[in-house]
Amino acid sequence: MNVRLSWRTRVAIWGVAAVNALSRRLGRGAGTVAGGRVGLFLDPGLLKKLSRGRTIILVSGTNGKTTTSAMTRTGWGGDVAGNITGANMPEGHVAALCASSAPRAVLETDEAWLATVVQATSPAVVVLLNLSRDQLDRANEVRQMAQRWRECVDRDSFAGVVVANAADPLVVFASETARNIRWVDVPTTWRGDAASCPHCTRAIVFEATSWSCPCGFVKPIEVTAILSNVLELGGRSYSLDLALPGAFNEVNASLALTSLAELDIGVEEALIRIRTLTTVQGRYGLRRYGARTMRLLLAKNPAGTAALLESLEPGDDVWVAINAQIADGKDPSWLYDVPFELLAGRHVSCLGERRLDLATRLTYVDVPCDVIDDPDALREGGGDVTLVANYTAFREWMARTAPC
Amino acid sequence: MDGEDGAVLTLAVLYPDLLGTYGDGGNATVLSARARARGLDVDVVEVTIGSSLPPASLYLLGGGEDGPQRLACDLLAEGGFVDRVGEGAHVFAVCAGLQILGTAFSIEGDASYPGLGLVDAVTTRGTSRSVGDVATLVEGRMLVGFENHGGVTVLGPGLEALGDVLVGRGNDGRVDGYRASRLWATYAHGPVLAQNPWLADEILGALIGRELAPWPSVADRLYAERCATLSIRRPAAARTGDRH
Repeated sequence: MNVRLSWRTRVAIWGVAAVNALSRRLGRGAGTVAGGRVGLFLDPGLLKKLSRGRTIILVSGTNGKTTTSAMTRTGWGGDVAGNITGANMPEGHVAALCASSAPRAVLETDEAWLATVVQATSPAVVVLLNLSRDQLDRANEVRQMAQRWRECVDRDSFAGVVVANAADPLVVFASETARNIRWVDVPTTWRGDAASCPHCTRAIVFEATSWSCPCGFVKPIEVTAILSNVLELGGRSYSLDLALPGAFNEVNASLALTSLAELDIGVEEALIRIRTLTTVQGRYGLRRYGARTMRLLLAKNPAGTAALLESLEPGDDVWVAINAQIADGKDPSWLYDVPFELLAGRHVSCLGERRLDLATRLTYVDVPCDVIDDPDALREGGGDVTLVANYTAFREWMARTAPC
Repeated sequence: MDGEDGAVLTLAVLYPDLLGTYGDGGNATVLSARARARGLDVDVVEVTIGSSLPPASLYLLGGGEDGPQRLACDLLAEGGFVDRVGEGAHVFAVCAGLQILGTAFSIEGDASYPGLGLVDAVTTRGTSRSVGDVATLVEGRMLVGFENHGGVTVLGPGLEALGDVLVGRGNDGRVDGYRASRLWATYAHGPVLAQNPWLADEILGALIGRELAPWPSVADRLYAERCATLSIRRPAAARTGDRH
């Protein structure tokens, strides 16, 4: 970066670094949010100034933001700035751009903050993954979110490229008025939030590989990339062969690769780099708990949880941990939007603050389960375990377990 | 169909594609599981946009956003819902469903939109949104749940509230929902029957015309835990009963 900065901006950047250093020294975590907040207080235009002269990719969506951002960063190769701790609002972006002078950045962006961040960072590419219900006690309902996205990437507001999931009607609604759009056609199973058309509220008709509404709102036909068994992109086919599990991660990789191709990054080389990812922020990686080996999976909402449940191996011992703190959403009603029937035939251990809500949910679909009031009791015993946890429960289990 | 022993109970979930924002479909899951545990035959039918309204023992209405709420109301009006209820069907409604059954409600673009007029209740927009735990005292028992709505609902003189609000807002900060013959409504949204097994059994009992035998499950522990948690949070004024 070679950009002249005002004294105010310099003081703000110094403030971010100082607060984050102090935060780390006091053991209060990475301090990205605290430092970024101070920086934005000292200079409200800080994110815009830090973005100048950089090539930036923004990644947003209900599910897969963190993993797709990690894939994009890794696939890009070399020095790429990014909010790797998952602090995905402007204060986190400010901290990430203060911490690195790399001319390239991938910023995971909270759905509700997309408009602000698009305006401040003037990204080269915005990746829109999906939109579904998530923590509705905090955010607006999902259709309003789609409308806000639409306004911020509209042709009159945004000159860059939008890489968007063509299988999700709400994402298509959000992206269809963009100036430069690259559709990625991927398999999507979650349709719970797009049953009625965002234009006219009539029923969207879903077929095997397509969808349409009588009002003329249809799945885009001219796509840049298609994921089936292989990814077809730029006239070639690629077998993804990721180390990360789950069909949903192939979807994430397809969007990451399409956005990189847009910046003239070779798909083959990017894919080789992406295949080296085995864990993202502790997710998917193996952890040790007593004599047990655990795989920790983060599941924050119905669509994400459904995708994880579909990806479980038949023999896995499954524990599920559910909290309802502010970061999780205080309302656990969403448990009834998750197809827990997928756990039929297993015996599940219910953990977390809302373990009774979870056990009740499982009981009503005949999935046998135990309510575990004291997780320490599970430390004894061996075997491999897959733990599915929502946000703060996941954090607790990251602290409770050790890397393998 | 209407609950004679040996007959099939039909639970119709109305427009889950429009009214199903917060796991509202869970109420049918809870009712059918608890009915089957008592040896009752249950059929759960999802009535989606474009399908006709079938006869049912119980209709379930969930919550939704403004546009879908208006469309659901129109579809029910056109589909003969009020006649079905008049013929003897029962209704359980939460959140937007509660508003739709009334005489009028207020949504984006319409200060006053005509409801189905099944009960004398008018909903207007409140000055703020109420988001959080809600607890209501219903005939000596607590109903616990979560609310997320911006409505203020005023009941006509002939319509009885479901209960007095202990925590949260409900209709207006004083009472929640309403209760009429064969009809229950509450602002506690989503799968409220999951947290309140007693109300699920009361509804099932009304459908079959007799009280059900107890069916102990982990849901009883959940209910006790939620009641204990929300009792602690109850404001002092509510505990001493001098709110009015």
